Order: sequence, then structure tokens, then C-alpha cells
Amino acid sequence: MMNPFSLEGKTILVTGSSSGIGRGIAIECSKMGAKVILNGRDVERLNETLSIMEGEGHQILAADISTQEEIDRLVAEVPSLDGCVLCAGIPQVCPVKHFKRNDIEDIFSVNAIAPMMITSGLVKKKKIRRGCSIVMIESVSGVYVGTKGDVSYNASKAALNGFLKGAALELATQGIRINAINPGLVPTNILNLTNEMFAEEHHTDIMMSSYPLKRYGTPEDIAYGAIYLLSDASSWVTGINIVIDGGYLLN
Amino acid sequence: MDIQEFIDNFAAEFDDTPVEDFTPETEFKTLDEWNSLTALSIIAMVGDNYNKTITGADLRANKTILDLFNFVASL
Repeated sequence: MMNPFSLEGKTILVTGSSSGIGRGIAIECSKMGAKVILNGRDVERLNETLSIMEGEGHQILAADISTQEEIDRLVAEVPSLDGCVLCAGIPQVCPVKHFKRNDIEDIFSVNAIAPMMITSGLVKKKKIRRGCSIVMIESVSGVYVGTKGDVSYNASKAALNGFLKGAALELATQGIRINAINPGLVPTNILNLTNEMFAEEHHTDIMMSSYPLKRYGTPEDIAYGAIYLLSDASSWVTGINIVIDGGYLLN
Repeated sequence: MDIQEFIDNFAAEFDDTPVEDFTPETEFKTLDEWNSLTALSIIAMVGDNYNKTITGADLRANKTILDLFNFVASL
């Protein structure tokens, strides 16, 4: 049976695949037949992801993408790719008036600069084949809505989205597609870490009632969008944002 | 740590509540201006001025400004 969403025969890099949405994407891509290159900082947790995946030929390439040296090493070591999901991200909770320059630089380094420089490196080193699909995991926050208390996170995702629009146009000449997924709230470790800092009052601002489909998202919800964007089913699609948010933006 | 200085720092995170409303006995979560953002601001204020990390749970566990002062001092 023909399946336009198949990832059979495709090699796909997933950053941030040691947990959360990145892990979910790596697992679902493996179920669709992809060979997945797992990237994250923690080899043990990357191995956990690997142990849940299906199929053969997957590979772990640990690297801390907050430094250019590690990005360069990742780009050098990665095999030729058909797809790439740039999912690594960090949260930050801080009111505007308490911003510290170092903190802002840290979140931009991981959430915005790293995906830009990985894309740049992969193109420059010709590690992405013609027809390759790059998927950025952004957020509804910063791109479609603002959220109080994590404004620096919003800003980092908005920066990434600006890169997406220009890069999609520039790289289209080489047959490289770049698209984004903008998830609503997906409870993951990253969110638990954030919640330790969040006051309960803040958390209750994000009520279940904000989600018309009456639940938060799962990593699989996001992964299925990524599979579409990585597959040949989306071969005439570039520079777009797919909102996967349980109807959150309808409010 | 000085309680009056702590109260001054605490009050500085608020825009509409009169300074005189802030005393050691003030139950800060009952203030009209208390909300998610002021809560985050207090967490950040404690980090900035006292180099200590508190969480939302700590704010919930302490009732008055003095309670919070004592808690921060104990860290």
C-alpha cells in the first residue's frame, strides 16, 4: 500500500531527542521507517530514547549545541540527511524588569542561534540532500500569542520564526524546505522544570479551559505534524507554520 | 538580612499598592495586586538581592512577609 507519509529510507537528525517532544518525534519517525540520528547532551537519556525506537540503523551523536564548537562537531559527524528536526530548547521564567543579559544570551543561544547555525552548517557542509526537509519546533508563544513571565522564551521563538521565513526563501533554490511546528502546551520535563519556578498563580492562568479540545498536547501530537513535514507528502510546502494546539488560538 | 530592607524590596515589586500597606504582618497573597506576575517578580527579587532561589511552592507555604523573610534568611 502506498503511504505518502512514509519516512522509509530517510535519514533524519532530531536535536533535543533525550526527552519530551524531541524524544516523541524520534520514536514516531522510527516507526515510520526513518533512520534517526539522536542528538542531545545526555547519552544515557539518548540511549533510553533509542531503546524505545523501532527499526535499525539509528545513531547517537551527543553534543551540547549551546556552543559553536559542539555544533561544528555535530555537523562534521552527522551523515548525509534527508531531514532534520531542530527541537532542542530551554525554558526561562523571568519578568521583563528582572532580565539579565547573560540569561537572555543563554536562551537565545539554545533556542534561536543553535538551530540557525546547525542549518547553516548542514547547508555549507552539504550534509543535506536536495529535497531535504528541515523542521523547527517553535511555540504558539512568541509567534502567535504572548505569555506573561516567559517573555525571553517568546522572543527566542519569534527570532527563530524570522529566520525560518528568510531561510525558506533562500534555500528553496536548492530544493531545501524549512517549516515550523508551533505547539500549544505539551507537558514534558521542560515544563516540570519551569513549574518548579512558576508560582501556582501563574500555572492556573493556563487553565485547561484554554484548550477547546479539553486536553494538553502529547509529544505524539507534535510528532505526527513533523512526520508530515519530513515526508514527501509535503514536498510542495515550505516556509509555513503548522499550529498544533488543541484549538488554543481560537480563544 | 534586614526586615525593613526586605519589605522595601518586596514593596518595590508592586506598582499600585501603597508602600504603607507593606508590613511584616502583611499577608501578601491577599493583596489586590498579587498575581502570577508579582509572584514571579518576588521570586526574581529574592534571587537578585539575596542570591537565593525560592519557588512558587515557597510563596504558597509562607503567609506573611515576615514568614517569607524568615524563610529566605534560613536558606
